[in-house]
Amino acid sequence: MKKILVLVESKNGKLKKSSQEVLSVALNSNYETYTCAAGEGSGGLGTELGVWGVQKHYYCTDTSVAQYNPESYQQFFAQIFETLKPDVVLGTSNMLARDVMPRLAAQFDCAYMSDITELSIGDDIICKRPMYAGKCMAQVSFTDESSKILLVRANQIPVVDASKAESTEAVAVTLNGTAGKTELVSIEKGESEKLDLTEADVIVSGGRGMKDADQFKLLYDLAEPLHATVGASRAVVDLGWVPHSLQVGQTGKTVTPTLYIAVGISGAIQHLAGMSGSKFIVAINKDEKAPIFQKASYGLVGDLFEILPVLAEKVKALKA
Amino acid sequence: MRIFVCIKQVPDTETRIKLSSDSQKIETGGVKWIISPYDEFAIEEAIRFKESHGDAQVTAVTLGPKARVNNALLTAMAMGADDSILIDSEQDLDALTTAKALAAAIKAEGDFSLVFSGKEAIDDSVSAVGQMVAQILEIPHASVVSKATYEEGKVTAEREVEGGTKEMTKLTMPALIAANKGLNKPRFASLPGIMKAKKKPIKNVTLDDLGVSAGQSKVKFTNFALPAEKPPCKMIEGDPQAQVSELIRLLQEEAKVL
Repeated sequence: MKKILVLVESKNGKLKKSSQEVLSVALNSNYETYTCAAGEGSGGLGTELGVWGVQKHYYCTDTSVAQYNPESYQQFFAQIFETLKPDVVLGTSNMLARDVMPRLAAQFDCAYMSDITELSIGDDIICKRPMYAGKCMAQVSFTDESSKILLVRANQIPVVDASKAESTEAVAVTLNGTAGKTELVSIEKGESEKLDLTEADVIVSGGRGMKDADQFKLLYDLAEPLHATVGASRAVVDLGWVPHSLQVGQTGKTVTPTLYIAVGISGAIQHLAGMSGSKFIVAINKDEKAPIFQKASYGLVGDLFEILPVLAEKVKALKA
Repeated sequence: MRIFVCIKQVPDTETRIKLSSDSQKIETGGVKWIISPYDEFAIEEAIRFKESHGDAQVTAVTLGPKARVNNALLTAMAMGADDSILIDSEQDLDALTTAKALAAAIKAEGDFSLVFSGKEAIDDSVSAVGQMVAQILEIPHASVVSKATYEEGKVTAEREVEGGTKEMTKLTMPALIAANKGLNKPRFASLPGIMKAKKKPIKNVTLDDLGVSAGQSKVKFTNFALPAEKPPCKMIEGDPQAQVSELIRLLQEEAKVL
């Protein structure tokens, strides 16, 4: 039987939703499923994985993988790859996987693809992704039988009900040495409590219409009850109102939430490129001719400083 | 000291994408080609390194149809690169095969200290070639780098990861740096720069020369499709109270997202 190795990640000891999405692809396939995770608490996931039909869960709690380091993480994945010889490696198309998995693909001469939005694995592999910043879609075709490393965008694959009764064997991996050419010097934590923009299910994003940096507080007031992550347009990043890590669009992040609320954003083509894959888009803007309304599902023309507080208040009441 | 910059020519951001009649590729007639914006940060970083460290030779490397990608190399040299390598390929290659060709071209030149690339090319955004080149050359890399400092034999790279968290890593040279926005502000090619570029050498190589063939590509993009038309935007009228109430109703009942 063919084998899938899924790179899973946890937050507060629970499988991330993005990992459940990738596991759903594995569950729906006719392959055997194996998982792996590195870092503190990575072994504890074993108990949660049985329902996903996972045979073995490889984990590593060595100090060298306590924080991300491309060398030690590559070493971890490579050791499992050599043992298991998986036909397919699946992961979420996030910063970590996009950084290290291309090296693994080069190391083992694998087919590699990131940012997949549709994936089903059976006798054939059906795989689709956006191209040219979402201006079109393409099918990803594989020309040989090499192993494949496939990274899936968050919030694109529906999570299935997992109710297998497999007892997953947890296998500890001890790392062999690495070349030691990459040394982690420091980590400066950002707003780690919130999901990253690329994984967020709801995003509240602000543009030049917010008038100044202080007014972004209004967006956070709305984001709070929605459990949303705050984003921004390039214009306000260039003005220095918010850091570049918040930028959505061509030279920022490509996001694919279920709900994207664009506030005071006119909708330059570079911005639309980064968020048009959102399932539902709400646009709030004073200019009814703003291009953002071409992409929006729901449009509110008006003064955002009047609309935002009312919206925040009503959402808060709803969630209370 | 040799420094290499891997660049890719891509359709301009503003390009309207049209599909070929069989939908197996995009129509490239009338497309305006530019250097992928992240690669401009890479070129700029290499030139700045040379300007502050003196004895460096900056070589731009690209892969693509010769007649078209020649321009990208001229621009890189007009900005300040010393020379170029053009790997001629009419066919599209996948990321790994591209990386094999780039790495072979760099290796053939002998010792080097740094390789720069963009964090991704904005056409397919696979975002893998830099890391793959580093793997094949057996050197460390840092991707999505927004700040880099150089000291004797080491590069310290700052990269922005999830949720605005910043990681600082120190790499032993030779190393590869994949540039993100923020690394620097790329200069425009000056008129004297453009004139000088015309006299700078471009070395032409084929995939054959590098021991790579287009047939090694494991991945192909096929069956292109334009995204489905979205239904028109529902404009919600009224005063802010009424607008918000209606929006919440639609988000609950129609979109079912609240």
